[in-house]
Amino acid sequence: MKRIDSPEDLEKLRRKLRSKKKTDKTTISVCVSTGCVALGSIKVLEAIKAELERQGLVETVNVKETGCLGFCEQGPRLSIHPKEICYFKVKPEDAQEIVSKTVIKGEVVERLLYKDPATGKVARRLDEIPFYRHQVRPLLANNERIDPKSINDYIALGGYEALAKALFKMTPEDVIEEIKRANLRGRGGGGFPTGIKWETTRKAPGHLKYVIVNCDEGDPGAFMDRSLMEGNPHSVLEGLIIGGYAIGAGEGFVYVREEYPLAAENITNAIRQAEEYGLLGENILGSGFNFKVRVHRGAGAFVSGESSALMNAIEGCIGEPRPKYVHTAVKGVWGRPSCLNNVKTWANIPLIILNGAEWFRKIGTEGSSGTAIFSLVGKVNNTGLVEVPMGITLRDLIYKIGGGIKDGKKFKAVQTGGPSGGFIPEQYLNLPVDFDELNRVGSMMGSGGMVVMDEDTCMVDAARFFIDFLLEESCGKCIPCREGLRVLSRILNDICEGKGVEEDVMIVEEIAETMRDASLCALGTTAANPVLTSLKYFRDEWDQHLKAKRCPAKACKALVNYYIEPEKCQACQLCRRECPTGAILGGVEQVHWIEQDKCVKCGSCYEACRFNAIVKLSGEPIPPPPPEGTKPVRRRGGR
Amino acid sequence: MSSLQLERVKAHERRPIRLQGVAAIVNRIVEEYGYDKSMLIQVLLRLQKSFSWLPMEMLLEVSKQLKVPLSQVYQIATFYKAFSLTPRGRHLVRVCMGTACKVRGATNILEKIQRVLKIERDETTPDGRFTLETINCAGCCALGPVITVDGEYHGNVKTHNVEKILEQYR
Ligand code: SF4
Ligand code: SF4
Ligand code: FES
Ligand code: FES
Repeated sequence: MKRIDSPEDLEKLRRKLRSKKKTDKTTISVCVSTGCVALGSIKVLEAIKAELERQGLVETVNVKETGCLGFCEQGPRLSIHPKEICYFKVKPEDAQEIVSKTVIKGEVVERLLYKDPATGKVARRLDEIPFYRHQVRPLLANNERIDPKSINDYIALGGYEALAKALFKMTPEDVIEEIKRANLRGRGGGGFPTGIKWETTRKAPGHLKYVIVNCDEGDPGAFMDRSLMEGNPHSVLEGLIIGGYAIGAGEGFVYVREEYPLAAENITNAIRQAEEYGLLGENILGSGFNFKVRVHRGAGAFVSGESSALMNAIEGCIGEPRPKYVHTAVKGVWGRPSCLNNVKTWANIPLIILNGAEWFRKIGTEGSSGTAIFSLVGKVNNTGLVEVPMGITLRDLIYKIGGGIKDGKKFKAVQTGGPSGGFIPEQYLNLPVDFDELNRVGSMMGSGGMVVMDEDTCMVDAARFFIDFLLEESCGKCIPCREGLRVLSRILNDICEGKGVEEDVMIVEEIAETMRDASLCALGTTAANPVLTSLKYFRDEWDQHLKAKRCPAKACKALVNYYIEPEKCQACQLCRRECPTGAILGGVEQVHWIEQDKCVKCGSCYEACRFNAIVKLSGEPIPPPPPEGTKPVRRRGGR
Repeated sequence: MSSLQLERVKAHERRPIRLQGVAAIVNRIVEEYGYDKSMLIQVLLRLQKSFSWLPMEMLLEVSKQLKVPLSQVYQIATFYKAFSLTPRGRHLVRVCMGTACKVRGATNILEKIQRVLKIERDETTPDGRFTLETINCAGCCALGPVITVDGEYHGNVKTHNVEKILEQYR
């Protein structure tokens, strides 16, 4: 690779790459991001390559390995350009048909297209799919067109143009001013205005400063940072370099959590390529600006995502929070001014510099500009990553994009913001989602995890889940958090086991308050949010657990029993074979039943039964089993 | 071949370490990171990845060569989940217990695996074949419940598929 020494050279390279693209042939983009890989996309990729080879098409058809498009549930996913045909749930066996039909003849393979389960309509292109139709995707759209391992792909699409603009046409103050005017708020969850944070670091005394990418999204149920980092690492890197220039930092860090090996690999590779082109390192693009970037891997600790803890980890110490009497923006890594932002915040920077603050402010709401990326997961039909303008209502998100609740069940709540957020009940479905509105109902944006829960989720159990999660993750440094979580966990576990008493609610509230006021870091101060919102909006469910010792959602193990309805049992023996304790009695022609004292309530039989004969009971007596031999059942298909 | 797959191959090839070579092994990695104290976690991660656990001798060497107190090395090795001070099994099974997986039945999956392998969380089977751990989010929540074995992902796991998945790893 030849160094690029000026913006003109960069432009020249871009033109060359683009003209090559134009004369270009058919391209098959296969998603090789974590989700699709989990579903077998590597085998699909290999099958496609082998098929092209077999048909002698290696020279005429491009195969591209790209990042995540968000609809991972329907993976493995591939698309064929320039026709823009999208195939989902592709299997290796489909390779032959895809090549001979679509690539050679230009016909679509009907069965691989997306079919709307509600209307039965098939969609050829992305924007015909309801999941995508309502999205606006400035950050994620390019994932499909870029091989994350190729800097040329990024440059051809206008990459590093923003960097050139910032370095040559703007002063650092101009850049900060532009970000401030754009009203970009921190995408890591807090929603603090990015421009102001940058300014603080820029103005802080000292000539050694740092900029940091936080890719330690520890919230369970959230994976947007991973997709962006895996799919388009250069966009994050470009944002970081621009930030370094604006803030006056000479060095940047990218902190990637342990669970994301592919993200770490792709950003490391991106850094190397950018260095080779001279877009990173000494005298960037001939501007005189020097900047270097290092990747730090996390080692698995939730609390390390907190800014001061993360900075400790970068220093090589353990990732524990420290008191922030002085902001990390002023006193961060090695006591020097350090500006830490989330992956999505950095990725937004090139877009804002290139398109201008006005463009950015036009998307979203007055208070929260731009788009938000959510991971819409849990009990919705279309799970995946969605990018939407801020201010979209929860209802649109869940029903229009998410396609409604799975299996026709009833919506109960949506959990946003991870362990620091809360549950939002049905009455707020029309709430426009942005930073402030979510705070207003006791939850928060967080990094953008959105877990939909249906009638089968117990809200007390869900609150307990977060407390137990945090109990394990708390660093234990300060008492309110350490001890508070321990007591909360004990109480909630008791309630879920039917051992709760009514006074517990008072104690819970008291502890929650103390933790909020007296914990050191955000983990402790926000830990009680899920519990408090659960208590506030689902008080009835709490009462049922406390008074009637009943779990209405039938989720709390200690409070449910499994029971086989004799009328529905087909004596297929499926459940009997699955039962680990031999608690199920019955035979080939004999209605089955469960011996309650042997049952460990593992739920295997419930999952295995194909006739819905097994039901869960909570707080009701269990009917006695039918006397032996009273109801012989003939197997289906028998004579 | 994708990088994820490459990593899997490596996990299968883990060899027992020869302790007399520890100093040399540690030195190679420490040198690569330029004897930089702030790279302590990164050095340990590399060692953990290659040997699947961190014997005491190794921690001592790291402390000596990087010139960080042993207490700090030990503190880090015990604080983070990625590190293990006891040998792990040949295959590392991790069950995602994140919210998205939890609402889709991760608890049942974990319990099933515990029953099949006859071990608790954070334990290794007596034959050294599997170690069982949990993680908070594997990063593909859309496919929950998710488990990973040696870094290979399995999505939409059902309790009755557990045996089949584990059978693939001998
Ligand atoms: S609030 Fe919890 S996690 Fe945060 S410092 Fe205190 S003990 Fe540690
Ligand atoms: S819940 Fe589990 S233990 Fe109980 S009867 Fe069903 S399969 Fe057997
Ligand atoms: S991982 Fe392929 S679409 Fe998300
Ligand atoms: S919660 Fe299990 S993969 Fe995210």
